[in-house]
Amino acid sequence: MSQAATMPIEERAPEPGLGIYNLKLGIWIFLLSEVMFFTALIGSYVILRFAHPDHFAAPGEVLNVPLTAVNTFILICSSVTMVKAYAAIEKDDQKGLKQWLLATIVLGSTFVGVQVYEYIHLVNDGFVPDAQAYVESGLAGGPLYSSTFYLMTGFHGVHVALGVGALIFILIKAMRGAYSSQRLGGVEGVGLYWHFVDLVWIVLFTIVYLI
Amino acid sequence: MSVQIENDPDTHAEETGIWSWITTVDHKRIALMYFATSLIFFLIAGAQAILIRIQLFRPANDFLSAEVYNEFFTMHGTSMIFLVAMPMAVAFFNFVVPLQIGARDVAFPRLNALSYWIYLLGGLYLTSSFFFGAAPDRAWTGYANLTLPQFSPGLNMDFWLIGLSIVGISSIMGGVNFITTIINMRAPGMKLMRMPLFTWMTLVTSFLLVTAVPIISVALIFLGFDRIFGAAFFDPARGGDPVFWQHLFWLFGHPEVYILILPAFGAISDIIPTFSKKPLFGYPIVVYAGILIGFIGWGVWSHHMFTVGLGPFADSFFIAATMIIAIPTGVKIFNWLGTMWGGSIRFTTAMLFSVGLLAVFTIGGLSGIMHASAPVNLQQHDTYFVVAHFHYVIVGGTMMGLWAALYYWFPKAIGRYLDETLGKWHFWTTLIGLNLTFFPMHFAGLYGMPRRIFTYPEGLGLEIWNQLSTVGAVIFGLSGLIMTWNVIQSYRKGERAPADPWGASSLEWALPSPPHHYNFPNIPTVRSREPLWDEEERREVEGVTMAPPKAEPHMPNPSYWPFLLAASITLSWALVMTGIWWVIALGMIPTATCVFMWAFEPAFPEGAEH
Repeated sequence: MSQAATMPIEERAPEPGLGIYNLKLGIWIFLLSEVMFFTALIGSYVILRFAHPDHFAAPGEVLNVPLTAVNTFILICSSVTMVKAYAAIEKDDQKGLKQWLLATIVLGSTFVGVQVYEYIHLVNDGFVPDAQAYVESGLAGGPLYSSTFYLMTGFHGVHVALGVGALIFILIKAMRGAYSSQRLGGVEGVGLYWHFVDLVWIVLFTIVYLI
Repeated sequence: MSVQIENDPDTHAEETGIWSWITTVDHKRIALMYFATSLIFFLIAGAQAILIRIQLFRPANDFLSAEVYNEFFTMHGTSMIFLVAMPMAVAFFNFVVPLQIGARDVAFPRLNALSYWIYLLGGLYLTSSFFFGAAPDRAWTGYANLTLPQFSPGLNMDFWLIGLSIVGISSIMGGVNFITTIINMRAPGMKLMRMPLFTWMTLVTSFLLVTAVPIISVALIFLGFDRIFGAAFFDPARGGDPVFWQHLFWLFGHPEVYILILPAFGAISDIIPTFSKKPLFGYPIVVYAGILIGFIGWGVWSHHMFTVGLGPFADSFFIAATMIIAIPTGVKIFNWLGTMWGGSIRFTTAMLFSVGLLAVFTIGGLSGIMHASAPVNLQQHDTYFVVAHFHYVIVGGTMMGLWAALYYWFPKAIGRYLDETLGKWHFWTTLIGLNLTFFPMHFAGLYGMPRRIFTYPEGLGLEIWNQLSTVGAVIFGLSGLIMTWNVIQSYRKGERAPADPWGASSLEWALPSPPHHYNFPNIPTVRSREPLWDEEERREVEGVTMAPPKAEPHMPNPSYWPFLLAASITLSWALVMTGIWWVIALGMIPTATCVFMWAFEPAFPEGAEH
């Protein structure tokens, strides 16, 4: 009871439920929805690519694989720092929480920044979703390549950017001392989302850049 | 404090005024707003149907032009599914589920309010297309490549795709909310297999919403890219594939069918036992059948596409899956019949609609099995036979089930009965009207009348069937007006209802009508599937639910952010129509701002405790 009194209602696990507090369960269900969203996107890419192989170029022909490989590494590192942030607050380490959150924000922002840089280069090369312009650019493949590329990586990038926004929010609350080993639902929830987005990228990187 | 609450006769409206409704996070008020809104959209979309039927009354009629006809049938279908049937079911989810499981509200009350406001504003955005002379006009299925810019140059389908994307957000958030609520917020002792069937079917439907709606979102994004940014996903001339749209659409569209029907099944599974004075026959089987429908519903989408020519292997698979899904549905029908068998049946309006569903939905189910067979389907595809089929299941199933739910739970929500005499008029005009409208369509379809054609020539033998349908549609339209009148009149001066007007078994009937704004003063413990049908358990439960609260219940704070966020999401999405990237980017700023403001606002009062 005394422990419950310090916890906000969303973070208490009621008796006949799953034993997971509402916020965490809600995030899991939301991620289920996200899985379907990305499955539809990635599945579409796979289907279109099998149906129209002439529209897709070989790995590395159009896209800059080494740059994105480095970027992938950065995003994976940000998952590690996220775990460290959560581990810190589990031990009531306020300073550690803030440091690792900041590190995650920096790495996440870097990922988005590199992606924007990559987009600008690709657009300059004529790698655009507009079908007419693509054909005129003389690049290998066809407009289905660029359309699917921008949709998949773009929606993933938006997810990373939203995650960075959520992390900034968590950091502000952490600076106000909102979290403790008894109240860490916010950190855990954003962490789950962050790892999910990271996981999606590993799949995307593999099928869009490497295969 | 608690004593004062107990003596307040009108605890439902603890605060009144328009501001308290805009900022409310109370699931019961949100339910009422959902219902009122979906009722208005029902009348609008119903009026469109009547105009369509007037146009088809005579051969070569010129009452509506082809363009206006296209807009009306598209908006009729789109509105009836996304703005009427789904949200009206959600109105009942909202009102009934927390009361049935012994919770004080849903898991995320502000998110719940956001779902409603997004639905309202998204629906208004979609309907506002009429005022711009650009209502969607390429059918609710939006088949590529009719929707591509070269064949649909106006803003019409932009309104459609953006409107549906907005409303889809509301559905996904609603699904997340109800799954969390049902799994996590049940009263002590309310095991999964003790949950009332309506709550069960809400759970299954919510899983379908959460998993199926993202797929149409993706399809709409592809379409938006094609239309607004010049991509070519669906344009065969530039490497795209129109059949690809059909797969995505129906991969969402078929689970959607079960999203529409399962809430109605859930409602009548609670209503039929109440008015038969018998527990539901084969409760676990009804639950498992519902879950099974939810699963198999994922494997049948290509039965909408037999005429595409997917090849015998794919066709055989989808024929088999479609026929198999009829089994759990049939099982349910027999369970309901078994419940009524030997019961002492009271034919209230709610019960009449439930029994009406059994009869009429079954006809629709049988014609569904007919065109599950690909060779038969080739004859029936895109004819009025199909129109007859899906109106039998959606009007005869979903809408009849929702009307049953309306008559059943209205006394709990408002504290007044719906008028039973008007209710019987409503039922009989519905039953006669809908059969007279849709049964002749089977024949019109078999005689070869295609859907979505604004007129037909004389002498093909189609006149009589269309005239019967139009007469039926007018009667059916009348039933809608009777029901609306009944709701308005009974809301204001209907007969007062007691806590348990029907002698029902589940927890919501152990509360006053209407319930306190905090639902349960104290949370009861449940020991069986029908807690109110056991003398001893009933005394125990009511001793808790009718007593003053032991501690002051902490309810979530009201908030205006859901409304503002919904408004900014609608604005941001609408700006995508411009196709200018910096306008779109700027348009996201209000949405981002509202999300941040929302996040910093505490959901519950500081230090709140259950």
